[in-house]
Amino acid sequence: MNPDELLFAETHEWAKVNDEDGAKVATVGISAFAVEQLTDLVYMELPSVGATVEAGKEFGEVESVKAVSPLYSPVTGEIVAVNAGLPDSLETLNSDPYNAGWILKVKLADESSLAKLLDSAAYQKQCAEEG
Amino acid sequence: MPYTFNTPEDQHAMLDAIGAASIDDLFAPIPDSLRLERPLDIPAAMGELELTQHMQALAAKNEHAGQKTCFLGGGSYDHFVPAVVDAIASRGEFYTSYTPYQPEVSQGNLQVTFEYQTLICQLTGMDVSNASLYDGGSAAVEAVLLCMSVTKRSKVVTTASVHPEYRQIIETYFTHLDAELITVGSPAGIVSIEELEEAVDDDTACVLLQQPNFFGCVEDAERISGIAHEHGALFVVSCDPISLGQLKRPGDLGADVVVAEGQSLGSPMQFGGPYLGIMACREKFVRRMPGRIAGQTTDRRGKRCWVLTLQTREQHIRREKATSNICTNQGLFALRAAIYLSALGPQGLREASELCLQKSRYAIEQLVADERFELAFQQPTFKEFVIRDTKGKVADVLAECSESGILAGIPLSTWYPNLSDCFLVAVTEKRTKHEIDQLADSLTRASVDDSVVSV
Amino acid sequence: MRNTLATQPIFELSKPGRRAARFPKSDVPVRPIEDLLPERCRATTPPPLPEVTEPDVVRHFTNLSTLNMSVDTHFYPLGSCTMKHNPKRNERLANLPGIADLHPYQPDDTVQGLLQLLHELQGMFAEISGLPAVSLQPAAGAHGELTALMVAAAYFDDLGEKRTKVLTPDSAHGTNPASARMAGFDAVTIKSDSRGLVDLEDLRSKLDDQVGVFMITNPSTLGIFDDQVADIADLVHKEGGLIYLDGANMNAILGIARPGDFGADMMHYNPHKTFSGPHGGGGPGAGPICVTEKLGPYLPAPVVCQHDGRFALDYDRAKSIGRVRAFFGNVGVLVRAYCYILTHGADGLRRASENAVLNANYLLSRVKHILPVPHGDRCMHEFVATAGELKKTKGISAMDIAKRLLDFGYHAPTVYFPLTVAESMMIEPTESESKETLDAFAAALFRITDEATELLHDAPHTTAISRPDEVQAARKPVLKWTSA
Repeated sequence: MNPDELLFAETHEWAKVNDEDGAKVATVGISAFAVEQLTDLVYMELPSVGATVEAGKEFGEVESVKAVSPLYSPVTGEIVAVNAGLPDSLETLNSDPYNAGWILKVKLADESSLAKLLDSAAYQKQCAEEG
Repeated sequence: MPYTFNTPEDQHAMLDAIGAASIDDLFAPIPDSLRLERPLDIPAAMGELELTQHMQALAAKNEHAGQKTCFLGGGSYDHFVPAVVDAIASRGEFYTSYTPYQPEVSQGNLQVTFEYQTLICQLTGMDVSNASLYDGGSAAVEAVLLCMSVTKRSKVVTTASVHPEYRQIIETYFTHLDAELITVGSPAGIVSIEELEEAVDDDTACVLLQQPNFFGCVEDAERISGIAHEHGALFVVSCDPISLGQLKRPGDLGADVVVAEGQSLGSPMQFGGPYLGIMACREKFVRRMPGRIAGQTTDRRGKRCWVLTLQTREQHIRREKATSNICTNQGLFALRAAIYLSALGPQGLREASELCLQKSRYAIEQLVADERFELAFQQPTFKEFVIRDTKGKVADVLAECSESGILAGIPLSTWYPNLSDCFLVAVTEKRTKHEIDQLADSLTRASVDDSVVSV
Repeated sequence: MRNTLATQPIFELSKPGRRAARFPKSDVPVRPIEDLLPERCRATTPPPLPEVTEPDVVRHFTNLSTLNMSVDTHFYPLGSCTMKHNPKRNERLANLPGIADLHPYQPDDTVQGLLQLLHELQGMFAEISGLPAVSLQPAAGAHGELTALMVAAAYFDDLGEKRTKVLTPDSAHGTNPASARMAGFDAVTIKSDSRGLVDLEDLRSKLDDQVGVFMITNPSTLGIFDDQVADIADLVHKEGGLIYLDGANMNAILGIARPGDFGADMMHYNPHKTFSGPHGGGGPGAGPICVTEKLGPYLPAPVVCQHDGRFALDYDRAKSIGRVRAFFGNVGVLVRAYCYILTHGADGLRRASENAVLNANYLLSRVKHILPVPHGDRCMHEFVATAGELKKTKGISAMDIAKRLLDFGYHAPTVYFPLTVAESMMIEPTESESKETLDAFAAALFRITDEATELLHDAPHTTAISRPDEVQAARKPVLKWTSA
């Protein structure tokens, strides 16, 4: 995926919404900026398929050697897929955060939360201020 | 001022460099109103000779296990400690170092921890061990908290045959948590299987069993493991490490978490501590494990080495969300256990445990030869057993034995009102036939004296 | 010359048939094991432990010991850990058979000497803290925190109050919030102000009748005495809450100020720090706690009491929270603390603190030009310097300096704690170091900050290993030895 086409949460997660069999499904991951800030990631715990996530609420954690960072869902809905191989190849998050490094697919229950997400340009601006 | 260096000249020079008028000036941030305006009311300083004499005088008021023959157990035992354990553990490089925050200058401690973890896995049959906890009791409570966290269930089932103080600790910890401890009876010296089957249900986080149990009896651990697992509960075993020279390892009996008091592995009794809390578990629970863990890696030159790892579980990173508030391990006592287990090896451990087994069996036979005394529970035992005084005068009998130089046993009335006529006897490999015969004699004598008095 | 053969993992030294310890033949009649233990519980083979000789064991562990830095061998200014000299007399005295070989369930009349010692120690801890009721049971500082918070919870229960929150400053040790949660409270963080002290505004805004306890470390982890402490205590007490003092830094104020006099209701000591340990490569410690009279009834049972010249363990305490540890506590550690206190007396303890504070201030004055101390020119027993400027200008981090110090034969300070100071280096020299050592350490810091950045990035250069790969260790954990 091209990062310019993604939506971003202020907490550094991205979402890309597609139509799948008539339903809106968001693919969710974390941004390249976040991966760089977190340094070498060593562990990630994924939620289960079937669980529900809520925009702005924690759905998992990533760990580096000496830090733990919560992951917040940018969208609300039911998890329909998780990238099960990701925890065993976390370097993928460094090399390809927007494609192979996806984390969840969420069937949206409610699209209103999308309005709160930033577009790529606005997110880049936020990163520049933080960095 | 035995351990400071600064002479008055040093102090002046240092104060000059600081730009302070006096040492008192350095304490200016402490408001006068908060200062102590008098000397502390504690005894006057003693030189080393005086202190030694003072301590010797205090020690002389105690009767230690070298003076009295010790048949006391209940979680603390008079086992033999090979000289090699003391010789190595008294090296200052071990006991005056601290947590390996700088692995480059702590490889000794880190490798010892890694070897300790491996030895504990070999001993218990488990996948992973931590670097140790405070003692057997705190390990037991941490184990049930781990199970509650893994299963997201809040009910813990244990048995009356688990160390009563361990159960008291769990009760204390549970007071302000959303958790419930259910204790199943052990009327025949081992847990009632029927009662246990009734108590364990789909809300049960774990079953906590002691093997051999507090009464010294061997439980049917495999069956109990099955009952726990049928309901999706975990199985926690608190074991006696020395018994594992004879008994099946908890890991081979289905245990998910194993805890133990490691004092038996080369540490003195010290009136109860410091001791060694052993904790090992299945691999899948490692990220819920409390305490420090050492792991193997390589350095920048590719050399094999060791570091503290999986630290994101711990309080210094995760703070209130940590797996536990525990910070230190019992490094020095983990070292002692590692030396002890290395020195004994499989054959030594087997010999020590067989001596416990044979001698305690012999002791049972000698003690029950006097018909006033009987074995309370007809169960297989390892090194401890419960004796019933059919006349119910446990305190008198034990006092009399103590007068003849024998610490004969622990009265059970404190914890078990229904066993107020019973006491717990432990026989380690250190007890000789002669000492056991003396124990039997002095019980018999107590018995005879008692009948004389009652006539 | 390192003996790398002897320091292979002990499992690689193992050879079937070798052994160190042998036990005597049984002197009682031997029965077949099958008659003694049922088959279902009998192991067919003993655990697969290594098979080595006593010389193997001695050489292996002795060589491993030489890979450690320790207080006996090196200056060890590890902030917040009080790595002071560990007196040899304490080791010998704690190992007297009349102390070390006592069973915890011996009758009271066979341990009168030890109970007397523990009773006296309760009194000494009470006097030094200004808090009269003492429990020696907790096994470590963090355990003491947890125990005291349980005492507080029991006290509020008794009053019929449900208080749900424990406040901790952002500079607090991680055990504080972790202990709060284990005692059933929610942990709430209070900010520090620009001086590194508790931000009173933030405290006021978070203080209400739901706050059970405010946990304060004073002197703080920044090595500063918070002079607002009495006001803080007043604020908290007015809302019905209690003050807990984390006693990690008591080494600064022995005989000078007492927590009970500056508003604390509860505290723990770290005897392995303040009263000379030793630290044991990571433990054991002990965590005795002292509380006010009104909280005394809730302390764990037993405590040592005295009646008519006899000492006894008192279990009869109706309001007690119960037990937090089996048996009595970490007696071996407590005995060493007792020896330390008796060696010093009142004057000696005070002078130990004075010299600890003098040494810290002197070292601060020597190094502040190269490693600025953001929270002022004065400190108590330790100070927190920052390598933030060096990081920006030369790319040298606190970690680089710490690693390079090892090459100079010094243990590194605590780095990256507290979290409130960037590139922090927490330096605690203790009283048992000389001006010469402090001068040499300062000189080493001067040299290091002048060295080539590249050299520092690869430091240490002279140790057995250098910069272990912690990412690899955490990604693919290898937590025990397995045969290749």
